[in-house]
Amino acid sequence: MTVLVFVESPDDELSQQALTFARGLGDEVHAALMGEHAGPDGLAAYDVSVAHVARGLDVYAPAAWAQAIVELVERTAPAAVVGPGSDRGNEVLAHVAAKLDQPLAANCTSATPGDPPTLTRVRWGGSLLEEARLHGAPMLVTAAPHAVTAETVANAPVTVSATDFTPAVSEADLVARVSERAGAVAAGVSLTDADVVVSGGRGVGSAAGFSVLEELAELLGGAVGCSRAVTSAGWRPHTDQVGQTGTKIAPEIYIACGISGATQHMAGCKGAKKLLAINPDGDASIFASADYAVIGDLHEIVPAISAEIRKARSG
Amino acid sequence: MNVLVCVKRVPLTGGKIVLTEDERAISTRHLGFTISPHEECGAEEAIRLVEAHGGTSTVLTLGPVEAEEQLRDMMAIGIDRAVHLLSDGGEWDPQATAAAIVTAIRAEDEAPDLILFGNESADAGNYQVAIRVAHALGLPCVTGVKGMSVEGASVRCEQEVPDGRDVYVVPMPAVLTVKEGLNLPRYPSVPGRLRAKRKPVAASRPTRPDARLEMVRLVLPPGLGKHAEVLGRGPEAAPAVIGVLQELGLV
Ligand SMILES: Cc1cc2nc3c(=O)[nH]c(=O)nc-3n(C[C@H](O)[C@H](O)[C@H](O)COP(=O)(O)OP(=O)(O)OC[C@H]3O[C@@H](n4cnc5c(N)ncnc54)[C@H](O)[C@@H]3O)c2cc1C
Ligand SMILES: Nc1ncnc2c1ncn2[C@@H]1O[C@H](COP(=O)(O)O)[C@@H](O)[C@H]1O
Repeated sequence: MTVLVFVESPDDELSQQALTFARGLGDEVHAALMGEHAGPDGLAAYDVSVAHVARGLDVYAPAAWAQAIVELVERTAPAAVVGPGSDRGNEVLAHVAAKLDQPLAANCTSATPGDPPTLTRVRWGGSLLEEARLHGAPMLVTAAPHAVTAETVANAPVTVSATDFTPAVSEADLVARVSERAGAVAAGVSLTDADVVVSGGRGVGSAAGFSVLEELAELLGGAVGCSRAVTSAGWRPHTDQVGQTGTKIAPEIYIACGISGATQHMAGCKGAKKLLAINPDGDASIFASADYAVIGDLHEIVPAISAEIRKARSG
Repeated sequence: MNVLVCVKRVPLTGGKIVLTEDERAISTRHLGFTISPHEECGAEEAIRLVEAHGGTSTVLTLGPVEAEEQLRDMMAIGIDRAVHLLSDGGEWDPQATAAAIVTAIRAEDEAPDLILFGNESADAGNYQVAIRVAHALGLPCVTGVKGMSVEGASVRCEQEVPDGRDVYVVPMPAVLTVKEGLNLPRYPSVPGRLRAKRKPVAASRPTRPDARLEMVRLVLPPGLGKHAEVLGRGPEAAPAVIGVLQELGLV
């Protein structure tokens, strides 16, 4: 039986993870690609034997892209359909599931074929896992981001056979489509790319209180983040929020000042290589996820760190 | 215009999740309850749309009797009325949830022009209930909306993507899923809370079909409970912090 993988593009990391995830779910991997410029280059390394390229779908229209996958499901009868755990991966697979009236498990960390298939999936933005059974066919899943590492195969096929097709998309499937791309409004070091994130919580006390965090972030070439308590109070914009409903980050070091460590906050920063927490409450739960702790008032400690950096640099 | 927003009652876990003995739920003995921040923004947007264009805002939930608390919370910030689909408290899978919501929407006297959802539920994060509802009702669906404006009979939606914002313009009625950051929800006032007590809640009890995405048990992810190295207390810890930053090559 084949397994069909929705590939956003062959060089997209989450799609490569989905291809890796799919390997155990069938004995032949097929890829579904969308758009005039889509091609199978690079997919052989991921053990893809056939690439189905849907033409006429250049603009992103989730229901139309799903229709293309539904046609492939009808034509190739795969055991499973796998998507990347990205915004588009989850969205397209949800449309596929709705059209086929089959169950879908989003953001799986593992899946095992069987009757019924079993899987483990992410809840609460990664703070909790769920073991589940999926009663439907084909098995519809998306691969949770970074649950598996993208791996190429050693004895990869030399070429991928590519077949074009033009799905019969209805008008209704094209109503919701991207009509325009507006530019980004970003300035400075972005939260997702920063090596250092200096983040503040309710303990910062006010919008003005963030100046000491901004100073430290600037000295370290980093970005400023915050908790939801801060955005709800209107001290910082939501674009600065780290967490389950904010941004997910993976810096070299995360410096959390005046943040208690709620699971929904930690869901956004658990990718950090190191975590330093500054908090006067020695029992704060953030210390259970921290590598380093400084106990005390951030308004005294953060300026002292900045002063020490300046001293080290001038000396 | 009529705007309906769907919300889900979830436990407000603090720094640590504790499971019940049968490992099928979060132990809520010491916890309060809330809804997803995405859904709060959906409710705020519904209130603003009705303030600007007239009509009625409705909040809908499928949940236990206690979920009336979340319906009253949303009516306290300005939602006009509520629809409560009473569940037995057990887990409803996304297909069953969507089917119950579709039946309830079809039973409404006045069809909503906009049906708002959270981008994903706080607890289950299935990323699909809204899309299934849209499909069943034959309506267009835009997800992850972080900016929206009503333009005549259409709604213009902006969605954040890695290199900018994607714009969608869809005719109403439409289904939208929204993300936190769309707006800054207001807090309830005391008079708002009093008014909410008198607002109407239409209750019904749908029957739960067998789950097709069947939760078997919950598991806490590995790797929790580190032992932090205490670098010091107060500003005297600064040199030790610099030591750490130097090790990482940052100073
Ligand atoms: C579905 C859902 C999604 C959520 N998503 C997010 C999210 O994306 N991001 C997020 O952050 N939260 C999120 N939350 C909210 C989360 O549950 C917490 O409410 C929030 O993270 C708390 O923020 P905080 O740590 O800043 O505040 P608090 O929990 O109030 O902690 C403040 C801390 O500051 C310390 N402090 C006080 N004074 C000082 C001082 N002078 N110096 C140093 N420390 C001091 C205190 O000891 C305390 O530990 C979500 C909640 C839900 C239900
Ligand atoms: N039990 C429920 N009652 C009302 N709305 C729900 C319920 N479950 C999910 N939803 C809505 O569907 C959205 C997406 O949920 P999900 O597909 O589980 O990620 C949520 O943000 C809610 O708006």
